[in-house]
Amino acid sequence: MRQTWTWPWSKQTKPLPVTGAQLTHSFERRTFVLGMAQASVGLLLAGRLTWLAVAENAKYRAASESNRVNLTLIPPRRGWVIDRTGAALAANRADFRVDLVPDRVVDADATMATLSKLLGLTADRVSDIKDKLKKARGFQPVEVASNLDWDKFAAVSVRLPELPGVIPQRGFSRYYPTGAAVGHLVGYVGPASAEDYEKERNPLLITPGFKIGKDGLEKHFEERLRGVPGARRVEATAGGRVVRDLGTREDVPGKPIQLTIDAGLQDYAARRIGLESGSVVVMDCASGDVLAMVSMPSFDPNSFADGIGRIEWKMLAEDDHVPLRNKVLRGLYPPGSTVKPMVALSFLEAGLDPEASVGCAGGLRVGNRVFHCWNHRGHGTTNMSKGIYQSCDVYFYHFAQQIGMDKIAAMARRLGLGQEFPMPYPGQSYGTVPDPAWKQRKYGKEWAIYDTVNATIGQGYMLVNPLQQAVMASRLASGLQLTPRLLMDHHAPQAPSLGIRQDHLDLIHAAMNEVVNGRGTAGKARLPVEGVQMAGKTGTAQVVGLNIGNGKGGLWKHRDHGHFICFAPFDKPRYACAVAIEHGGGSGAAYPIARDVMTFLFDRAKAMEVLEGYEKEWGGNVQQRMAAKYNAYAARFGASAPAAPDEAQAAEAVAADNTPIAEPTAAQTDAAPPAPEPETSPAPADLTAPAAAPTPAATAAPAAPAPGA
Amino acid sequence: MQRAYIPAFIARQPWGVILPLCALVTFGGAVLYSAAGGHLMPWALLHVVRFVVFLGMAMVVSRIPSAWFKNAALPSYALLCVLLVLVELLGRVSGGSQRWLNLGFMQLQPSELMKPCIVLVLAWFYSVLPPSEIRTWRAIAPAVVLLGLPAGLVMLQPDLGTGLAISFGAVVIMFLAGLPLWLFISGGAAIAVAAPLAFFTVLHDYQRKRVLVFLDPESDPLGSGYHITQSKIAIGSGGLFGKGFGQGSQSHLDYLPEAHTDFVFATMAEEWGMIGGFFVLIVFALVLRWGLGVALRAPDRFSRLLAAGMVTTIFFYVCINLMMVMGLAPVVGIPLPFVSHGGSSMMTNMLCIGTLMAVDRWSRTPRGALR
Repeated sequence: MRQTWTWPWSKQTKPLPVTGAQLTHSFERRTFVLGMAQASVGLLLAGRLTWLAVAENAKYRAASESNRVNLTLIPPRRGWVIDRTGAALAANRADFRVDLVPDRVVDADATMATLSKLLGLTADRVSDIKDKLKKARGFQPVEVASNLDWDKFAAVSVRLPELPGVIPQRGFSRYYPTGAAVGHLVGYVGPASAEDYEKERNPLLITPGFKIGKDGLEKHFEERLRGVPGARRVEATAGGRVVRDLGTREDVPGKPIQLTIDAGLQDYAARRIGLESGSVVVMDCASGDVLAMVSMPSFDPNSFADGIGRIEWKMLAEDDHVPLRNKVLRGLYPPGSTVKPMVALSFLEAGLDPEASVGCAGGLRVGNRVFHCWNHRGHGTTNMSKGIYQSCDVYFYHFAQQIGMDKIAAMARRLGLGQEFPMPYPGQSYGTVPDPAWKQRKYGKEWAIYDTVNATIGQGYMLVNPLQQAVMASRLASGLQLTPRLLMDHHAPQAPSLGIRQDHLDLIHAAMNEVVNGRGTAGKARLPVEGVQMAGKTGTAQVVGLNIGNGKGGLWKHRDHGHFICFAPFDKPRYACAVAIEHGGGSGAAYPIARDVMTFLFDRAKAMEVLEGYEKEWGGNVQQRMAAKYNAYAARFGASAPAAPDEAQAAEAVAADNTPIAEPTAAQTDAAPPAPEPETSPAPADLTAPAAAPTPAATAAPAAPAPGA
Repeated sequence: MQRAYIPAFIARQPWGVILPLCALVTFGGAVLYSAAGGHLMPWALLHVVRFVVFLGMAMVVSRIPSAWFKNAALPSYALLCVLLVLVELLGRVSGGSQRWLNLGFMQLQPSELMKPCIVLVLAWFYSVLPPSEIRTWRAIAPAVVLLGLPAGLVMLQPDLGTGLAISFGAVVIMFLAGLPLWLFISGGAAIAVAAPLAFFTVLHDYQRKRVLVFLDPESDPLGSGYHITQSKIAIGSGGLFGKGFGQGSQSHLDYLPEAHTDFVFATMAEEWGMIGGFFVLIVFALVLRWGLGVALRAPDRFSRLLAAGMVTTIFFYVCINLMMVMGLAPVVGIPLPFVSHGGSSMMTNMLCIGTLMAVDRWSRTPRGALR
């Protein structure tokens, strides 16, 4: 550069004055530099353009295609759950529905206001949806309404442009024809939770309208029931407006599951339990098929499908009949006297002569202690048969001491008590069959005489669930090692024999027949069916000690549990049944239900007639009563009910409901007094013997002095 | 050219720039027609009509003598500064930032007009400055004041893009006027130091975010990065020959934002491919080369600086817009001259063209004469 160049900080060395010509020259050179700079920017841009359009063309073409083509998944139709005859326990029905995708909603309040006007949503429903919108991750669709009629659906559809994020769809939704009757059996479905999505990362899970199995069989057989989603390819704008359809692939429905359940019987049993809190299990005595497995009260899986509403949740949470607990698999009860046929069978196996008798005077003195019979006036001379049909405690106290607990416990396990059966449900409780080794292991204490006494009358440490009781009934009836089966399998092998002598079984059967059809404790359980006789055994299990209540009246939760196991016909058993009624006040609450359920198997019309009579007294069938209760709650609390918990909290609450009765942490130190059997005169009112309750809080109490045995 | 057969008025026009411009505007009209989904309204027709009107205006401007330009320099600059203050005050009153004055028949954006005006006033300043003063502070301080006032006002609005455009035009004029090189070198160094500081202090949050997202568009695919990402998808998916006229899915399905204004190049490149892109680049190269030629041929110091400044103004528009749509610069709201839909930018650019045509005229005719 020829220009005079001076550093600003150097001393000025007399610079030459710049002339106009110099400036022009400088301008020309600098303009050239400017032109070159512009040209190089131009080349840079051309190069960049070439790079984008040629080198990266494939990448950007793919990106453009994925922008243009919108793949909408069509939720697959879920596989049906059908009963043994093919009737639907869970089906699908076509419906119109409206969902919200929180990410795309611009003004949630305005959108909800418009929707609730168009769809006629109630205040509590609106609050529920707003809760869910707040909790949902942005991409999780929230159901606004389903089962809409065409008019409402169309009203939302035409207003779509002003309702971004609202997705009206026609699709299929899960439908349970018998509602609450199959709540615990089949489970329910619901929208996938964020955790589900995290686990699977399947876009189907966040497709509006898709439901995932949340409980029971729906959850266990999710994979099989789900099916393969269909897809609709559309060209859509960035705002989601569909420009044109590019093609549709049909969904592949999930595979059905056939259960051994008899839908009619299941529904009948659910309705017959009525206002009680309890369970009914019916099994086939030839195959072990579970024909009915009912726990009531229950929830209506139909209304769970769109999430649990606040009113519904309040209703379920406040119900002391724990509708969320599957009592068949998760309820543990002392079986009471229903174990006596089993105990008697163990006596026979051990070689006891069935005619060996004991004189029952209302109690039995062992050493310096007296163990009472439930009938304080005594049964007189009692052999095995009478011990069963009169449920004489003294007979069993006496011979159990001779035979020993180990033999009894072995028979209990052989007949299914304390056993785990492979049922497709999580969190089952299997109970306890105590024996000396178990007590030593568990508490480090010696087996005591009163432990045997307690166990032989189905109290103390002994805990069973209703399914095990049904298995016991079916094994007693058939002599076969039946396993409860829920999934239909036409090729299942015949169950092996238990190896019990038939004459022993015949003796037990006859005694159990006598319970119902003779001089026994359940005379009113006689079947009103010509030529079919039912054999059974009553059981009453105390809940609190006699010092708190007598078990029959008073506070509901202090009343005795009622049990009944039975099978019919007694001489050629086809069906076995176990009924457990929580706080029913004794076996009198259980056997009428067993009688009617059994009647249903032989004469449906007659059974229905009886049921309809009862339902008139109870205020309608299950659905009607639940609806009435819901309306009462809705009227009383409306939208002010506390928000329903989210999935995780609900699961926790259900789990808490399902926690089995804890085994006593401390060893029991006394005999539990037997609970009174219902058919004879009530226990004397002046009963003063202090008693230890067979509850976890069992406390030591001194044995009562013998009143003279 | 066979002058004998062509009327003198027509033959006199600088066809070397008018014809490429007409081609470019027609092409732009076609792109806007497609962007509107195959309709002349609302963009394509208006675009062409505006060009014709402003071309007429440019031809009128081209007949204005050099002396008028010089005389108008300071008053128009002062007027625009007043208008900028007015806009700022109005914005304060109405709450929020405002960039235009509603004149009833059009919305006047004073900052837009300031781009050619800063060139005019600086060209005038250096033309009246004695050559011997060019190395002294007297050559720098007034220019810095002249630039600082409007640039500061525009950045206050805040309109970073226009502020930079004004500064860029002014700095190039200073460079061409012959200010010592060390000023620009040390100035560049100072900016390199100050830019990071300004980034954290002066810039508004949304501006800062734009810069950050420019550095990594995929970091915010649904927010600010969305613009750049979608623009690159549009250009890249066009390939060599494009998807065909009216077939651009990115623009037609609304994935491309501002498809008819700032990102019109992406709209074009999607349908016409790299070939269409090269056509646009070549037209701009022709126009800018012609402009620099005009500057070099210009008769005096004022017209030289004026012409070079006008070329620079157009160049800045083109350069920043194209770099932005191709992901080489952050998103700033600067349209592509002669292709983007928009009255203000069309007016500014045609004013520049008209001024260049005027300088071209002065170099062919006796100085200052009115023909």
